[in-house]
Amino acid sequence: MEYEAVIGLEVHVQLKTQSKMFTRARCAYGEAPNTLTNPVVMALPGALPVMNKEAIRKTVQVGLMLGCEIAQSCKWDRKNYFYPDSPKNYQISQYDQPICDGGFVEIEMPGPSRNVMGEHRKVKLTRIHLEEDVGKLTHYDGESLVDYNRAGRPLIEIVSEPDLFSADEAFAYLTSLRTHLLYLGVSDCDMEKGQLRCDANISVRPKGQKELGVKVEIKNLNSISGVRNGITYEIKRQIALCQKGEGASIVQETRSWDADKGITFSMRSKEMAHDYRYFPDPDLMPVRVSEEIKKTLADALPERPFAKQERFMKEYNLPYTITSVLCPDKALSDYFESAVKAHNNPKAIANFIANDLLRELSNAGCDMAHPLEGCKIQPEALAELAKLVDEGMISKQIAQDVLVIMFETGDAPEKIVEEKGLKQSSDTGELESICSEVIANNPKPVQEFKDGKDTAINALKGQVMKATKGKANPKMVDDILRKLLS
Amino acid sequence: MAEDKNSIDIDYVANLARIDLSQEEKDRFQKQLGDVLVYFEKLSAVDVEGVEPMAHPFPVYNVLEEDVVEEGFTAEEALMNAKHQRNNQVIVPKVVE
Repeated sequence: MEYEAVIGLEVHVQLKTQSKMFTRARCAYGEAPNTLTNPVVMALPGALPVMNKEAIRKTVQVGLMLGCEIAQSCKWDRKNYFYPDSPKNYQISQYDQPICDGGFVEIEMPGPSRNVMGEHRKVKLTRIHLEEDVGKLTHYDGESLVDYNRAGRPLIEIVSEPDLFSADEAFAYLTSLRTHLLYLGVSDCDMEKGQLRCDANISVRPKGQKELGVKVEIKNLNSISGVRNGITYEIKRQIALCQKGEGASIVQETRSWDADKGITFSMRSKEMAHDYRYFPDPDLMPVRVSEEIKKTLADALPERPFAKQERFMKEYNLPYTITSVLCPDKALSDYFESAVKAHNNPKAIANFIANDLLRELSNAGCDMAHPLEGCKIQPEALAELAKLVDEGMISKQIAQDVLVIMFETGDAPEKIVEEKGLKQSSDTGELESICSEVIANNPKPVQEFKDGKDTAINALKGQVMKATKGKANPKMVDDILRKLLS
Repeated sequence: MAEDKNSIDIDYVANLARIDLSQEEKDRFQKQLGDVLVYFEKLSAVDVEGVEPMAHPFPVYNVLEEDVVEEGFTAEEALMNAKHQRNNQVIVPKVVE
């Protein structure tokens, strides 16, 4: 029998705010343990939580970006459980009235080849709610250490419907969701820093069956590749169990992904199902998001990444491959547009960015999540470089060398061309003598050309370019060679 | 356990609250908590037809603060109540969930 997997993802994302969700203690990453707390974070008696306005605005922005219904009114609930990561013994969350309802994430599946766009589909969301993050435990032999720095940070949970049907789709979903959030600038979404965390609910069922199979929750999918590998493994495990039949069955449980061993393992013996006893938090007033605020935030939304990509392909006539390099990074695609505004040659500029600039940034060891941070080449300077090529001042090949120098020094391209004497030679007399010399020294391609093999001229051109160190204007060299050979 | 809606499964509740109770305490608390449920039953008598559920007794909304950092605790202050500590962190029995 053929089986299909059904997957829903729960993605937690830390919002980038200065202070915590319900108090004004500072948010930061990598600080000394327990230096980012206050009486509210530590749940001292009498402490009163007060909501962070910015966290609510950011959550509404995410909801609007992902096409959710923004609730007119929402409230806060206490989720009760005993675990040392929460000093209060409850987490403030939203149970039955989340800020955002419904919505979707548009995903792109891998295309038939790298340079062809894949199929697009909208993956349905259930909800997005806002809550507070919990502290971090580090486990040792016989004891655990608790650091409450992370406790109380604003955290959104984005819950998808069971609307994903393969590990590849889950991967595409997470990639797209991350891109959308980065476009909004609401989070840095660095999985290594725990700013984006993903749990997956996975079940399998015979193909064609409507009812869902027994659901297994997978935790600790701590990297984007972990999400793909963990889900792939779990689907295989469940299908194997189904195929075994007799006695072997899938147990509803929580399993953890072990990236080193490449397996999932059962996390807890469920002697008792969780009973969180949610109830409304009496310390916190409900939130109402006015139509006016919604409108202001909706008007300020950035263009959606896939819409931008489509526009780049149409408006600038760029190939899919290059747009799929530029568009997932908002800063990079904005950089491209600024450059094109300064000099209208989109193709040349896109190629400089995607091929030369990104290579230099990568070689220089830049953080490729924010490659342009600290880049010395301004978009206008890159535009100027493309202009120099278009005006015949320098060849494309020389321009690539100039870009490398611009990258190192931040100097203007004209200055570099001037100082290094890279100006393309258009001196006909000088070029003619070089061409004659090349013809005299290369009898073989000359003979081939005369015998009718037109491409043989390329060998001669190459020699001329070499002799002029790439400064000769290729068009002129071609004209002169043909004139001399005729 | 009887399916009486005013009876409390005292073992279950004690387990959720992580407390050990003696048999004598179980009997006593079971009755007391059952009484509390009976008090709440009185609320069922009120006609709330057409009344919107409220999350809070006061019709106050949007008590918000701007996202501006204020001084908090030092690590030493944060851990004043922690009996066991190491490397500025609280030591707890190993619990892996």
